[in-house]
Amino acid sequence: MTLDWPTALPLIFAGLMGLAILIYVILDGFDLGIGILFVMAEDAEQDTMIAAIGPFWDANETWLVLAVGLLLVAFPMAHGVILTALYIPVFVLLVGLILRGVAFDFRAKVPSGKKHRWNRIFFLGSVIASLAQGYMLGVYVLGLDVGLGGTAFGVLVALCLAAAYAAMGAAWVIYKTEGELQRKAVRWLRTALVLTALGMAAVSLATPFASPRIFDKWFGWPQMLYLSPLPILSALMFLWLWRQTFHLPKPDDRHALTPFLTLAAIFVLGFAGLAWSFYPFVVPDKLTIWQAASATESLAIILVGTAVVLPIIIFYSFYAYRVFGGKATDLTYD
Amino acid sequence: MDPLILSRIQFGANISFHILFPTITIALGWVLLFFKLRYNATNDSAWMRAYFTWVKVFALSFAMGVVSGVTMSFQFGTNWPGYMEHVGNIAGPLLAYEILTAFFLEAAFLGIMLFGFRRVSNRVHTLATVLVAGGTTLSAFWIIALNSWMQTPAGFEMIDGKAHAVDWWAIIFNPSMPYRLVHMLLASGLTVSFLISGLSALRYLNGDRSESMWKALRTGVFTAAILIPIQILAGDQHGLNTLEHQPQKIAAMEANWNTGPNVPLVLFALPDEAAKENKFEVAIPDGASLVLRHSTDGVVPGLNDFPGNHPPVFPIFWSFRIMVGTGLLMLAVSWSAAFFLKRRHSLPKPLAMLMVPMALSGWLATLAGWYTTEIGRQPWLVTGVLKTADAVGPVAGSHVALTLAVYLILYVLLLIAYLGVLVHLALKAAKDGDSSPLPGVMKAAMSQPAAGE
Repeated sequence: MTLDWPTALPLIFAGLMGLAILIYVILDGFDLGIGILFVMAEDAEQDTMIAAIGPFWDANETWLVLAVGLLLVAFPMAHGVILTALYIPVFVLLVGLILRGVAFDFRAKVPSGKKHRWNRIFFLGSVIASLAQGYMLGVYVLGLDVGLGGTAFGVLVALCLAAAYAAMGAAWVIYKTEGELQRKAVRWLRTALVLTALGMAAVSLATPFASPRIFDKWFGWPQMLYLSPLPILSALMFLWLWRQTFHLPKPDDRHALTPFLTLAAIFVLGFAGLAWSFYPFVVPDKLTIWQAASATESLAIILVGTAVVLPIIIFYSFYAYRVFGGKATDLTYD
Repeated sequence: MDPLILSRIQFGANISFHILFPTITIALGWVLLFFKLRYNATNDSAWMRAYFTWVKVFALSFAMGVVSGVTMSFQFGTNWPGYMEHVGNIAGPLLAYEILTAFFLEAAFLGIMLFGFRRVSNRVHTLATVLVAGGTTLSAFWIIALNSWMQTPAGFEMIDGKAHAVDWWAIIFNPSMPYRLVHMLLASGLTVSFLISGLSALRYLNGDRSESMWKALRTGVFTAAILIPIQILAGDQHGLNTLEHQPQKIAAMEANWNTGPNVPLVLFALPDEAAKENKFEVAIPDGASLVLRHSTDGVVPGLNDFPGNHPPVFPIFWSFRIMVGTGLLMLAVSWSAAFFLKRRHSLPKPLAMLMVPMALSGWLATLAGWYTTEIGRQPWLVTGVLKTADAVGPVAGSHVALTLAVYLILYVLLLIAYLGVLVHLALKAAKDGDSSPLPGVMKAAMSQPAAGE
């Protein structure tokens, strides 16, 4: 494979798109997760939980727009195939995202009697959006198969991804709060972890058995050796984190961010596994990234912009997180 | 039902719902900056109260815009896969630049603008406001560039049925782009100024005579009074540009069936496309020739020049008249209100009562204008390049109908909730008046300057 521009550009964009999806899943994962955990919290705790994500959720969701945008602009063929095949789940996802996005603002601005209704809508929207994403992942893993088996598997992954988001949400609450709510979040994390591990195991096992091509990529020698750290490290981190939930929160609030970072690392490993399975396909076993890519001159002009702007985006996103660093206090417009 | 017409209604419904909110946030960002700068300059806390009242409207509108915008980015793929397949090489980079340069900027600094008042210095907070306002405007720039390219494509070549970029400058600054951008930005300014004056008039009618109400009211009324004549002029120029590049759209807007001189300006009619004539026509002789060609015997293109290749006449004839009619009403209302505020330092009650429903006049005119230009592009999705019918996806009509029904119910409910909150916020502000606690500024926490008292 010679690395000229027509070969390299689709590869770069596949990498960028993967990065955008990964950042989205980690960042919006924790705020969706907080929405899922909403139903288990008291009124005052709900306000604190909202305060813990209020300044961030908007920018978090922008990573989804970037991921879909990159699919749209860099791989227009795949964009059409994937999204028409997933028409109804995408619709459900969008309804969920709309509901939770607006509930966020409405709950703070409606007369106090109506706040409860928007709290419920926020919870429902978060659950719906998470389930839809999980279902789409499950169906995509099986090569966009929407038969009975595919649907059942999609439902399983949907539940597990929702649990994974809930775990992220709990980890974020541990980082951003203190006292009773923080202790509650540790218990939420412990439960959600079990389901998360189950889901990752299910996806990891189903993917190779759904496609002989993927099976060969994993279970041939010597790549099995190189790839073995992925599942082993993930499993170790799961176990370690699960044990940690019996010791958190620690004195002086040490390691409050550790659960979140550990989960993020597990997500990265899982994502790397998926990327290895599907490369070089963007539509499993149908369209490779080169077949689906836009014209070279169009990709080139986007790359120029991306190379300049993406570091700036990352820089000011860090800045925004730093401004709102520390424990969450009540969110007011001041 | 036919997936094509259902998909069109669905996209039309989504984009109509979406455009309501950017139309507010684009200009409201700059109005908030104005409030903030007035406060910085005068130390008058009434400016800051106006800021805090309207920043809530901004936050809510922004959230509504984000969620409906996310929906649209998916619908390109779910309903119109042919669009990206044929012109993705052009549309892709323009959309990518919008996301990269505008979306992230807005989203990241919105948090600081909304909640960061006590966490950053006053200067950084003002800068965040500038960046958010600039981000929304930049977003409009890219989207208008793409939309205009679909109306008047330039700077590309077709290879194997796909558009390939040749000259990016020509693509972005295509023939109709500058006109459309100016027209849209002014429309946003008018929408916001009427929204502010309308809700301030509601506070006025509720007995609120606070300084922050007067400041917001004056800002809204005077901005509207200044912008509306400029908008009428810009709209006229935009029309002449359309006449040059999309004559079939002008022919349908004027319901002019035959090309020729001395074409009348039709004020009222029921255009009948089957019979190719206007029923119940009321018209000013030679009017259209005069407006479009600046001479009574100027030749105006007629629909007979574009058989089977012109947009449906009835909807755009009427949407155009609704837009122009609303614009004239805006002129009358804003100038009379400006007169009373300037000369009499008061607002007559009947005028205030008229201004309350006029709060939504900007939305009406914007939607009517967009319907005129977008339906006016039919049957093309990209003029002369791609027909709308050739871009629709292979999704079953029943799926589209089901999702359309849910979207419509959702949008209606959200719109009711949104308007309910606007009224609630206005009435709450009216009740609090100038006595509302001014958080942050009063406490002078962190690096914030203390208010003028």
